[in-house]
Amino acid sequence: MSRLLEARGLCAFYGATQVLFGLDLSIGEGGITTLLGANGAGKTTTLRSLSGMCRISGDIVFESKPTVGLSTEDIVRRGIAHVPQGRGTFSRQTVEENLEIGAMTRRDRKAIAIDVERVYGYFPRLKERHRQQAGTLSGGEQQMLAVGRAMMLRPKLMLLDEPSFGLAPLIVEELFGILRTLNRTEKVSMLLVEQNAALALDLADDAYLIETGRLVTTGPARQLRDDENIRRSYLGY
Amino acid sequence: MELFAHQILAGLATGGIYACMALAVVMIYQAIDHLNFAQGEMAMFSTFIAWQLIQWGFPYWVAFGATIVISFAAGVVIERVVLRPVHDAPVLSHVVAFIALLAILNSAAGFIWDYTIKSFPSPFGGGAFLGQGLMSKHDAGMIGMTLAMLVLLYLFFRHTRIGLAMRAAAANPESARLAGIRVGWMTALGWGMAAAIGSVAGMLIAPVVFLEPNMMLSILLYGFAGAVVGGLTSPGGAVVGGFSVGIIENLAGTYIPVVGREMKLSIALCIIIAVLCVKPSGLFGRPVVTRV
Repeated sequence: MSRLLEARGLCAFYGATQVLFGLDLSIGEGGITTLLGANGAGKTTTLRSLSGMCRISGDIVFESKPTVGLSTEDIVRRGIAHVPQGRGTFSRQTVEENLEIGAMTRRDRKAIAIDVERVYGYFPRLKERHRQQAGTLSGGEQQMLAVGRAMMLRPKLMLLDEPSFGLAPLIVEELFGILRTLNRTEKVSMLLVEQNAALALDLADDAYLIETGRLVTTGPARQLRDDENIRRSYLGY
Repeated sequence: MELFAHQILAGLATGGIYACMALAVVMIYQAIDHLNFAQGEMAMFSTFIAWQLIQWGFPYWVAFGATIVISFAAGVVIERVVLRPVHDAPVLSHVVAFIALLAILNSAAGFIWDYTIKSFPSPFGGGAFLGQGLMSKHDAGMIGMTLAMLVLLYLFFRHTRIGLAMRAAAANPESARLAGIRVGWMTALGWGMAAAIGSVAGMLIAPVVFLEPNMMLSILLYGFAGAVVGGLTSPGGAVVGGFSVGIIENLAGTYIPVVGREMKLSIALCIIIAVLCVKPSGLFGRPVVTRV
């Protein structure tokens, strides 16, 4: 697998507080990489750093070109879609408008209309509710809408921040099934942040485990899953 | 009964002024989530520019169009130069910036064009449109223009992609940025549009109240009242609110003996307080519904 995104010595700061301490990340093209760690380990901050939403130092290279110093808007336009924690729903807009907002950087109207239908194909429930105010959707539907909105960008890399958060197990199963399909058929690489380590390790090809802003270990997802020590000490299951 | 009907008609005529202003207030509120206290002075300054162009011999509609364009550009520049730097500052800093703008524009207009009252031409003529002196042709034209602006705004926000991008940027800036929308420019665009609408309001109001640097002080208050009645999130509500305030003001002036002319202005404030107490989101404003 060639490297889609590489981060070297990534440090991130909120004001005077440092949250990441020299993290190295490497995301393969076409794969799913998961980033695991306890609360406050810096998972969300890592994603925000990659999207240019934090003050950072270090190098980030996406498709062999640096992204450090670019605004969030420009990083997004390079093909990195970020599905934020809390889903980032435009609650007063309709479901369909939410999807159109996702395609705001594109100009190919016909292809956009086709992509809206394609998202409905993956998430039939969004089609049923396409004229409904997005704020009135259930949590699971809003998460699906967030993924759908990100798809509308036709991204090369999707950053997913705890997509399972607050959802019923059945819904999570459905959602993760669709994520896998998207990864395979739409060739979208993914960086997945999850609290639910068992679930994430089942889905992912590679895994990173971080603690208080530093790397603990990395390797193929299967290897982390089978490592008794890591599982007991860090993943808690 | 006839008196009542006449007062409603006259109320609609003044209400047109307030509706115009309320529309401009709501536009900025949509874009930046704050009330812009300098809105009235911006409109006044634009009207002076139109007056100057007419004085230089340009035909009315040329001056009208040029003023809209100039005001739009000035609105964008004001956002970039004055408000961009305080973007992340607390609300109070914005309020101070607005008040500074108000004072600067007011004094600058007085300095350049002095404080004598000037008459401003009406494109619709001054004759009677309905009844004797109840609604002039200008009043009718002003109401028509306000409704036309409202329709255009509705079409713009509902049916264009840039309109959707502006709504997205105002509703959820961070999420809009993650969709690749340039939120800063959307805000600037909102300011430009609000300044342009304000300039139209100013040019329509000036023939009625006459042109001078302080012409907008009380009108802006009524504009705020109209916007609050209609709900600050709804352009259509702002227009209905503006008309309602005009009608209420007129009826109160006629039927409540103590109100008379002197107390008229306090009616706007009473309306604002009453609406905020009874229905804070206004008649047409959408209370934000979120599912937890």
